[in-house]
Amino acid sequence: MRYESPDTLEAAAKLLASESGEARILAGGTDLLVQIRAEVLSPALVVDIKKVAETRAIKEEAGGFRIGAAVTGAELKEHSALKKVWPGLVEAANLIGSTQVQGRASLGGNLCNGSPAADSVPAMIAAGAIASIVGPNGRRDLKVEDIMLAPRKLALQKGEIIASFLLPKRAPHSGDAYLRFIPRTEMDIAVVGCGVSLTLDGSGTCTAARVGLGAVAARPLLVEDAAKALVGTKVDDAALEKMAAAARAACKPIDDKRGTIEFRTDVAGVLAKRTALIALERARKA
Amino acid sequence: MKHHVTTTVNGDEVEFLCETEQTLLDCLRDELELTGTKEGCGSGDCGACSVLLDGRLVCSCLVLGVETNGKKIETIEGMATGDKLHPLQRKFLEHAALQCGICTPGVLVAAKSLLEKNPNPTETEVRYWLAGNLCRCTGYDKIIRAVMDAAAEMRGA
Repeated sequence: MRYESPDTLEAAAKLLASESGEARILAGGTDLLVQIRAEVLSPALVVDIKKVAETRAIKEEAGGFRIGAAVTGAELKEHSALKKVWPGLVEAANLIGSTQVQGRASLGGNLCNGSPAADSVPAMIAAGAIASIVGPNGRRDLKVEDIMLAPRKLALQKGEIIASFLLPKRAPHSGDAYLRFIPRTEMDIAVVGCGVSLTLDGSGTCTAARVGLGAVAARPLLVEDAAKALVGTKVDDAALEKMAAAARAACKPIDDKRGTIEFRTDVAGVLAKRTALIALERARKA
Repeated sequence: MKHHVTTTVNGDEVEFLCETEQTLLDCLRDELELTGTKEGCGSGDCGACSVLLDGRLVCSCLVLGVETNGKKIETIEGMATGDKLHPLQRKFLEHAALQCGICTPGVLVAAKSLLEKNPNPTETEVRYWLAGNLCRCTGYDKIIRAVMDAAAEMRGA
Protein backbone atom coordinates (compact mmCIF):
# COMPACT_ATOMS: atom_id res chain seq x y z
CA MET A 1 0.00 0.00 0.00
CA ARG A 2 1.40 3.38 -1.08
CA TYR A 3 0.72 6.53 0.91
CA GLU A 4 0.69 9.99 -0.64
CA SER A 5 -0.19 13.31 0.97
CA PRO A 6 -0.18 15.98 -1.73
CA ASP A 7 -0.88 19.60 -0.85
CA THR A 8 -3.14 20.42 -3.78
CA LEU A 9 -6.42 18.88 -4.92
CA GLU A 10 -5.19 18.79 -8.51
CA ALA A 11 -2.21 16.63 -7.49
CA ALA A 12 -4.47 14.40 -5.37
CA ALA A 13 -6.94 13.96 -8.27
CA LYS A 14 -4.08 13.10 -10.63
CA LEU A 15 -2.72 10.47 -8.24
CA LEU A 16 -6.15 8.88 -7.82
CA ALA A 17 -6.96 9.00 -11.54
CA SER A 18 -3.67 7.46 -12.65
CA GLU A 19 -3.66 4.57 -10.16
CA SER A 20 -4.46 1.32 -11.97
CA GLY A 21 -5.21 -0.58 -8.76
CA GLU A 22 -7.70 0.32 -6.06
CA ALA A 23 -7.20 3.84 -4.70
CA ARG A 24 -8.82 5.41 -1.63
CA ILE A 25 -9.01 8.87 -0.16
CA LEU A 26 -7.95 9.22 3.48
CA ALA A 27 -9.59 11.96 5.54
CA GLY A 28 -10.24 10.97 9.18
CA GLY A 29 -9.73 7.28 8.46
CA THR A 30 -12.33 6.11 10.98
CA ASP A 31 -14.07 3.97 8.36
CA LEU A 32 -11.21 3.42 5.89
CA LEU A 33 -8.66 2.04 8.36
CA VAL A 34 -11.25 -0.32 9.85
CA GLN A 35 -12.10 -1.64 6.38
CA ILE A 36 -8.43 -2.09 5.47
CA ARG A 37 -7.76 -3.96 8.69
CA ALA A 38 -10.81 -6.19 8.15
CA GLU A 39 -9.57 -6.78 4.58
CA VAL A 40 -12.83 -5.48 3.16
CA LEU A 41 -10.60 -3.11 1.20
CA SER A 42 -6.98 -3.61 0.09
CA PRO A 43 -6.12 -0.38 -1.71
CA ALA A 44 -2.86 -0.11 -3.63
CA LEU A 45 -2.85 3.63 -2.97
CA VAL A 46 -4.11 5.81 -0.13
CA VAL A 47 -4.21 9.56 -0.76
CA ASP A 48 -4.34 11.64 2.41
CA ILE A 49 -6.11 14.92 1.54
CA LYS A 50 -5.60 16.65 4.89
CA LYS A 51 -2.59 18.68 3.70
CA VAL A 52 -4.90 20.50 1.26
CA ALA A 53 -5.91 23.67 3.12
CA GLU A 54 -9.47 23.77 1.68
CA THR A 55 -10.31 20.34 3.15
CA ARG A 56 -9.39 21.42 6.68
CA ALA A 57 -10.96 24.91 6.92
CA ILE A 58 -14.31 26.38 7.97
CA LYS A 59 -14.86 29.74 6.23
CA GLU A 60 -17.72 32.17 5.87
CA GLU A 61 -18.59 32.51 2.20
CA ALA A 62 -21.41 34.40 0.47
CA GLY A 63 -23.19 34.78 3.81
CA GLY A 64 -23.02 31.01 4.38
CA PHE A 65 -20.30 28.62 5.44
CA ARG A 66 -17.83 26.54 3.48
CA ILE A 67 -16.75 23.47 5.45
CA GLY A 68 -13.72 21.45 4.38
CA ALA A 69 -14.49 17.82 3.65
CA ALA A 70 -11.91 16.64 6.22
CA VAL A 71 -12.93 19.01 9.05
CA THR A 72 -13.68 16.86 12.10
CA GLY A 73 -16.88 16.70 14.13
CA ALA A 74 -14.98 18.02 17.15
CA GLU A 75 -13.86 21.05 15.14
CA LEU A 76 -17.42 21.73 13.95
CA LYS A 77 -18.60 21.66 17.57
CA GLU A 78 -15.94 24.18 18.61
CA HIS A 79 -16.91 26.66 15.85
CA SER A 80 -19.42 28.83 17.69
CA ALA A 81 -20.62 30.85 14.65
CA LEU A 82 -21.37 27.67 12.69
CA LYS A 83 -23.01 25.98 15.66
CA LYS A 84 -25.26 28.99 16.16
CA VAL A 85 -26.57 28.91 12.58
CA TRP A 86 -26.56 25.13 11.94
CA PRO A 87 -26.92 23.43 15.35
CA GLY A 88 -28.66 20.40 13.83
CA LEU A 89 -25.85 19.65 11.41
CA VAL A 90 -23.20 20.05 14.11
CA GLU A 91 -25.14 17.76 16.44
CA ALA A 92 -25.53 15.16 13.71
CA ALA A 93 -21.77 15.08 13.06
CA ASN A 94 -21.19 14.68 16.77
CA LEU A 95 -23.42 11.63 17.02
CA ILE A 96 -20.93 9.68 14.90
CA GLY A 97 -19.03 7.24 17.13
CA SER A 98 -17.21 8.22 20.30
CA THR A 99 -15.34 11.34 21.41
CA GLN A 100 -12.24 9.71 19.92
CA VAL A 101 -13.95 9.09 16.57
CA GLN A 102 -15.32 12.65 16.55
CA GLY A 103 -11.72 13.85 16.84
CA ARG A 104 -11.05 12.41 13.36
CA ALA A 105 -14.30 11.68 11.52
CA SER A 106 -15.35 14.19 8.86
CA LEU A 107 -18.43 15.17 6.84
CA GLY A 108 -16.69 14.15 3.61
CA GLY A 109 -15.79 10.75 4.98
CA ASN A 110 -19.22 10.15 6.49
CA LEU A 111 -20.80 10.80 3.08
CA CYS A 112 -18.21 8.99 0.92
CA ASN A 113 -18.13 5.90 3.13
CA GLY A 114 -21.44 5.25 1.40
CA SER A 115 -23.59 4.05 4.29
CA PRO A 116 -27.33 4.86 4.10
CA ALA A 117 -27.25 5.25 7.91
CA ALA A 118 -24.57 7.99 8.01
CA ASP A 119 -25.75 10.50 10.63
CA SER A 120 -24.46 13.71 9.11
CA VAL A 121 -25.94 13.09 5.65
CA PRO A 122 -29.69 13.69 6.32
CA ALA A 123 -28.68 16.83 8.23
CA MET A 124 -26.56 18.02 5.28
CA ILE A 125 -29.42 17.23 2.89
CA ALA A 126 -31.82 19.22 5.09
CA ALA A 127 -29.32 22.09 5.15
CA GLY A 128 -29.19 22.13 1.34
CA ALA A 129 -25.43 21.52 1.43
CA ILE A 130 -23.63 21.53 -1.91
CA ALA A 131 -20.42 19.54 -2.37
CA SER A 132 -17.57 21.10 -4.31
CA ILE A 133 -15.83 18.31 -6.18
CA VAL A 134 -12.41 18.42 -7.80
CA GLY A 135 -11.38 15.85 -10.38
CA PRO A 136 -9.04 15.37 -13.31
CA ASN A 137 -11.36 17.54 -15.44
CA GLY A 138 -11.69 20.43 -13.00
CA ARG A 139 -14.22 21.45 -10.39
CA ARG A 140 -17.99 20.88 -10.26
CA ASP A 141 -20.79 21.23 -7.71
CA LEU A 142 -23.24 18.51 -6.72
CA LYS A 143 -26.08 18.59 -4.18
CA VAL A 144 -25.39 16.25 -1.27
CA GLU A 145 -28.63 14.30 -1.91
CA ASP A 146 -27.33 13.42 -5.39
CA ILE A 147 -23.98 11.98 -4.28
CA MET A 148 -24.78 8.63 -2.72
CA LEU A 149 -26.58 6.30 -5.16
CA ALA A 150 -26.66 3.00 -3.25
CA PRO A 151 -24.69 1.41 -0.42
CA ARG A 152 -20.96 2.02 -1.14
CA LYS A 153 -21.86 3.53 -4.51
CA LEU A 154 -21.29 7.24 -5.22
CA ALA A 155 -21.91 9.56 -8.15
CA LEU A 156 -18.20 10.45 -8.21
CA GLN A 157 -15.96 9.60 -11.16
CA LYS A 158 -12.52 8.07 -10.87
CA GLY A 159 -10.13 10.65 -9.46
CA GLU A 160 -12.86 12.94 -8.09
CA ILE A 161 -12.56 14.25 -4.53
CA ILE A 162 -15.08 16.16 -2.44
CA ALA A 163 -13.06 19.18 -1.32
CA SER A 164 -15.67 21.05 0.73
CA PHE A 165 -19.35 21.65 1.35
CA LEU A 166 -21.15 24.98 1.00
CA LEU A 167 -23.97 25.64 3.45
CA PRO A 168 -26.08 28.39 1.93
CA LYS A 169 -26.85 31.74 3.51
CA ARG A 170 -29.54 31.44 6.16
CA ALA A 171 -32.74 33.53 6.05
CA PRO A 172 -33.89 35.08 9.35
CA HIS A 173 -36.10 32.83 11.53
CA SER A 174 -34.51 29.60 10.33
CA GLY A 175 -33.65 26.50 12.35
CA ASP A 176 -32.41 22.98 11.82
CA ALA A 177 -32.32 19.75 13.83
CA TYR A 178 -31.29 16.12 13.50
CA LEU A 179 -32.52 13.14 15.51
CA ARG A 180 -31.83 9.46 15.15
CA PHE A 181 -33.28 6.39 16.75
CA ILE A 182 -30.87 3.91 18.31
CA PRO A 183 -31.75 1.25 20.90
CA ARG A 184 -29.16 2.61 23.36
CA THR A 185 -27.98 6.07 24.38
CA GLU A 186 -24.59 6.37 22.64
CA MET A 187 -22.15 4.68 20.25
CA ASP A 188 -24.58 3.06 17.82
CA ILE A 189 -25.67 3.19 14.19
CA ALA A 190 -28.95 4.90 13.26
CA VAL A 191 -32.00 2.68 12.80
CA VAL A 192 -33.63 5.80 11.38
CA GLY A 193 -32.15 9.31 11.12
CA CYS A 194 -34.01 12.51 10.26
CA GLY A 195 -32.81 16.03 9.50
CA VAL A 196 -35.16 18.99 9.18
CA SER A 197 -34.43 22.60 8.26
CA LEU A 198 -37.15 25.23 8.08
CA THR A 199 -37.70 28.97 7.76
CA LEU A 200 -40.57 31.05 9.17
CA ASP A 201 -41.85 34.47 8.17
CA GLY A 202 -42.58 37.25 10.66
CA SER A 203 -46.00 35.77 11.46
CA GLY A 204 -44.62 32.28 12.16
CA THR A 205 -45.75 30.69 8.90
CA CYS A 206 -43.31 28.23 7.39
CA THR A 207 -41.99 29.59 4.09
CA ALA A 208 -39.35 26.97 3.28
CA ALA A 209 -38.47 23.50 4.54
CA ARG A 210 -36.21 20.57 3.71
CA VAL A 211 -36.44 17.08 5.17
CA GLY A 212 -33.72 14.42 4.94
CA LEU A 213 -34.13 10.79 6.00
CA GLY A 214 -31.41 8.21 6.62
CA ALA A 215 -31.33 4.42 7.07
CA VAL A 216 -34.77 3.91 5.53
CA ALA A 217 -33.70 3.26 1.93
CA ALA A 218 -30.66 2.27 -0.09
CA ARG A 219 -29.52 5.89 0.01
CA PRO A 220 -30.21 8.92 2.22
CA LEU A 221 -33.34 10.67 0.96
CA LEU A 222 -34.51 14.20 0.37
CA VAL A 223 -38.25 13.95 1.09
CA GLU A 224 -39.86 16.80 -0.82
CA ASP A 225 -43.45 15.81 0.02
CA ALA A 226 -42.66 15.98 3.73
CA ALA A 227 -41.25 19.48 3.29
CA LYS A 228 -44.29 20.56 1.23
CA ALA A 229 -46.58 19.46 4.08
CA LEU A 230 -44.97 22.12 6.28
CA VAL A 231 -44.69 25.05 3.86
CA GLY A 232 -47.56 27.52 4.19
CA THR A 233 -48.57 26.21 7.62
CA LYS A 234 -47.85 27.27 11.20
CA VAL A 235 -46.27 23.81 11.65
CA ASP A 236 -49.29 22.82 13.70
CA ASP A 237 -50.40 19.28 14.55
CA ALA A 238 -52.26 18.77 11.28
CA ALA A 239 -49.21 19.83 9.23
CA LEU A 240 -46.93 17.62 11.33
CA GLU A 241 -49.22 14.60 10.81
CA LYS A 242 -49.24 15.22 7.07
CA MET A 243 -45.46 15.53 7.13
CA ALA A 244 -45.08 12.29 9.10
CA ALA A 245 -47.28 10.46 6.59
CA ALA A 246 -45.14 11.77 3.71
CA ALA A 247 -41.96 10.69 5.52
CA ARG A 248 -43.37 7.19 6.02
CA ALA A 249 -44.47 7.01 2.38
CA ALA A 250 -40.91 7.73 1.25
CA CYS A 251 -39.41 4.81 3.21
CA LYS A 252 -38.15 1.71 1.42
CA PRO A 253 -36.18 0.17 4.28
CA ILE A 254 -34.60 -3.24 4.77
CA ASP A 255 -35.39 -5.72 7.54
CA ASP A 256 -32.33 -6.35 9.66
CA LYS A 257 -31.19 -6.86 13.24
CA ARG A 258 -31.50 -3.13 13.92
CA GLY A 259 -35.14 -2.86 12.92
CA THR A 260 -37.90 -4.32 10.81
CA ILE A 261 -39.42 -2.62 7.76
CA GLU A 262 -42.57 -1.85 9.74
CA PHE A 263 -40.66 -0.42 12.71
CA ARG A 264 -38.34 1.72 10.60
CA THR A 265 -41.26 3.11 8.60
CA ASP A 266 -43.24 3.99 11.70
CA VAL A 267 -40.25 5.55 13.48
CA ALA A 268 -39.45 7.68 10.42
CA GLY A 269 -42.78 9.47 10.90
CA VAL A 270 -42.34 9.85 14.65
CA LEU A 271 -38.80 11.19 14.28
CA ALA A 272 -39.77 13.55 11.47
CA LYS A 273 -42.35 15.20 13.73
CA ARG A 274 -40.01 15.45 16.72
CA THR A 275 -37.18 16.80 14.59
CA ALA A 276 -39.45 19.38 12.96
CA LEU A 277 -40.58 20.61 16.40
CA ILE A 278 -36.97 21.19 17.48
CA ALA A 279 -36.20 22.98 14.20
CA LEU A 280 -39.37 25.05 14.70
CA GLU A 281 -38.35 26.08 18.22
CA ARG A 282 -34.93 27.11 16.94
CA ALA A 283 -36.41 29.04 14.01
CA ARG A 284 -38.68 30.98 16.37
CA LYS A 285 -35.69 32.03 18.46
CA ALA A 286 -33.39 32.77 15.52
CA MET B 1 9.00 1.37 1.12
CA LYS B 2 9.40 2.43 4.74
CA HIS B 3 8.48 5.95 5.78
CA HIS B 4 10.77 8.03 7.95
CA VAL B 5 8.59 9.78 10.52
CA THR B 6 9.63 12.51 12.97
CA THR B 7 7.19 13.35 15.75
CA THR B 8 7.11 14.65 19.29
CA VAL B 9 5.99 12.07 21.85
CA ASN B 10 5.37 13.32 25.39
CA GLY B 11 7.57 16.33 24.68
CA ASP B 12 10.53 14.39 23.23
CA GLU B 13 11.37 14.48 19.54
CA VAL B 14 11.50 10.92 18.21
CA GLU B 15 12.07 9.32 14.83
CA PHE B 16 10.93 5.98 13.54
CA LEU B 17 10.56 4.00 10.35
CA CYS B 18 7.21 2.44 9.49
CA GLU B 19 5.29 0.74 6.73
CA THR B 20 2.18 2.48 5.38
CA GLU B 21 0.00 -0.21 6.96
CA GLN B 22 1.30 0.40 10.49
CA THR B 23 -1.08 2.38 12.66
CA LEU B 24 0.07 4.93 15.19
CA LEU B 25 -0.71 2.28 17.82
CA ASP B 26 1.62 -0.21 16.08
CA CYS B 27 4.32 2.45 15.84
CA LEU B 28 4.07 3.43 19.51
CA ARG B 29 4.18 -0.15 20.72
CA ASP B 30 6.45 -1.88 18.20
CA GLU B 31 8.77 0.87 16.96
CA LEU B 32 9.01 3.15 19.99
CA GLU B 33 8.45 0.46 22.63
CA LEU B 34 5.88 2.60 24.40
CA THR B 35 3.62 -0.27 25.43
CA GLY B 36 1.48 1.71 27.89
CA THR B 37 -1.01 2.32 25.08
CA LYS B 38 -3.06 -0.87 24.74
CA GLU B 39 -4.68 -2.57 21.80
CA GLY B 40 -8.25 -3.65 22.50
CA CYS B 41 -10.43 -4.01 19.42
CA GLY B 42 -8.21 -2.40 16.79
CA SER B 43 -11.29 -0.92 15.13
CA GLY B 44 -12.01 2.26 17.07
CA ASP B 45 -14.77 0.84 19.24
CA CYS B 46 -13.12 0.34 22.63
CA GLY B 47 -10.86 3.36 23.27
CA ALA B 48 -8.04 1.33 24.91
CA CYS B 49 -5.53 2.89 22.49
CA SER B 50 -6.59 6.50 23.16
CA VAL B 51 -3.86 9.12 22.75
CA LEU B 52 -3.76 12.84 22.03
CA LEU B 53 -2.74 13.84 18.52
CA ASP B 54 -1.99 17.58 18.33
CA GLY B 55 -4.07 17.92 21.49
CA ARG B 56 -7.06 16.02 20.07
CA LEU B 57 -8.27 12.76 21.65
CA VAL B 58 -8.15 9.95 19.05
CA CYS B 59 -7.92 6.18 18.82
CA SER B 60 -4.32 5.48 17.80
CA CYS B 61 -5.52 2.35 15.97
CA LEU B 62 -7.42 4.63 13.55
CA VAL B 63 -4.41 6.80 12.65
CA LEU B 64 -1.62 5.72 10.30
CA GLY B 65 1.86 6.15 11.74
CA VAL B 66 2.93 7.98 8.59
CA GLU B 67 0.20 10.58 9.16
CA THR B 68 1.86 11.71 12.40
CA ASN B 69 4.97 13.19 10.78
CA GLY B 70 5.55 16.62 12.35
CA LYS B 71 2.75 16.16 14.87
CA LYS B 72 2.60 16.10 18.64
CA ILE B 73 1.56 12.91 20.41
CA GLU B 74 0.76 12.46 24.09
CA THR B 75 0.41 9.01 25.63
CA ILE B 76 -0.12 7.52 29.07
CA GLU B 77 3.66 7.44 29.57
CA GLY B 78 3.63 11.25 29.74
CA MET B 79 0.97 11.47 32.43
CA ALA B 80 2.91 11.06 35.68
CA THR B 81 5.74 13.45 36.53
CA GLY B 82 8.60 11.13 37.43
CA ASP B 83 7.35 9.13 40.41
CA LYS B 84 4.54 11.56 41.09
CA LEU B 85 1.24 10.27 39.80
CA HIS B 86 -1.25 12.56 38.07
CA PRO B 87 -4.30 13.22 40.33
CA LEU B 88 -6.41 11.07 37.99
CA GLN B 89 -4.00 8.14 38.37
CA ARG B 90 -4.01 8.53 42.17
CA LYS B 91 -7.80 8.73 42.32
CA PHE B 92 -8.12 5.62 40.15
CA LEU B 93 -6.07 3.72 42.76
CA GLU B 94 -7.99 5.23 45.68
CA HIS B 95 -11.36 4.37 44.15
CA ALA B 96 -10.21 0.98 42.83
CA ALA B 97 -11.40 2.15 39.41
CA LEU B 98 -9.65 -0.71 37.61
CA GLN B 99 -9.33 -4.45 37.74
CA CYS B 100 -7.52 -6.00 34.78
CA GLY B 101 -6.11 -2.62 33.74
CA ILE B 102 -6.23 -2.99 29.96
CA CYS B 103 -8.69 -0.13 29.47
CA THR B 104 -7.08 2.07 32.13
CA PRO B 105 -4.42 3.93 30.08
CA GLY B 106 -7.03 4.87 27.50
CA VAL B 107 -9.56 5.93 30.11
CA LEU B 108 -6.95 8.06 31.89
CA VAL B 109 -5.80 9.77 28.68
CA ALA B 110 -9.43 10.42 27.70
CA ALA B 111 -10.38 11.71 31.16
CA LYS B 112 -7.36 14.03 31.29
CA SER B 113 -8.34 15.46 27.92
CA LEU B 114 -11.89 16.10 29.21
CA LEU B 115 -10.67 17.87 32.36
CA GLU B 116 -8.38 20.10 30.30
CA LYS B 117 -11.37 21.27 28.27
CA ASN B 118 -13.90 21.20 31.07
CA PRO B 119 -12.52 21.27 34.63
CA ASN B 120 -15.97 21.01 36.17
CA PRO B 121 -17.93 18.38 34.21
CA THR B 122 -21.24 16.94 35.33
CA GLU B 123 -21.47 13.19 35.80
CA THR B 124 -23.49 13.03 32.57
CA GLU B 125 -20.76 14.88 30.69
CA VAL B 126 -18.12 12.48 32.03
CA ARG B 127 -20.22 9.47 31.03
CA TYR B 128 -20.80 10.75 27.50
CA TRP B 129 -17.15 11.79 27.03
CA LEU B 130 -15.99 8.33 28.11
CA ALA B 131 -18.68 6.42 26.17
CA GLY B 132 -16.01 5.29 23.72
CA ASN B 133 -13.83 3.77 26.46
CA LEU B 134 -15.10 0.29 27.16
CA CYS B 135 -14.36 -1.43 30.48
CA ARG B 136 -15.50 -5.00 31.02
CA CYS B 137 -14.47 -5.18 34.72
CA THR B 138 -15.65 -2.25 36.77
CA GLY B 139 -19.16 -1.54 35.56
CA TYR B 140 -17.93 2.08 35.08
CA ASP B 141 -19.27 3.43 38.35
CA LYS B 142 -15.88 3.55 40.09
CA ILE B 143 -14.27 5.09 37.02
CA ILE B 144 -16.83 7.89 36.98
CA ARG B 145 -16.43 8.50 40.72
CA ALA B 146 -12.65 8.60 40.38
CA VAL B 147 -12.84 11.12 37.53
CA MET B 148 -15.32 13.33 39.41
CA ASP B 149 -13.15 13.20 42.54
CA ALA B 150 -9.96 13.99 40.60
CA ALA B 151 -11.71 16.88 38.88
CA ALA B 152 -12.79 18.29 42.27
CA GLU B 153 -9.26 17.94 43.66
CA MET B 154 -7.72 19.58 40.58
CA ARG B 155 -10.14 22.52 40.92
CA GLY B 156 -8.99 22.84 44.52
CA ALA B 157 -12.53 22.16 45.71
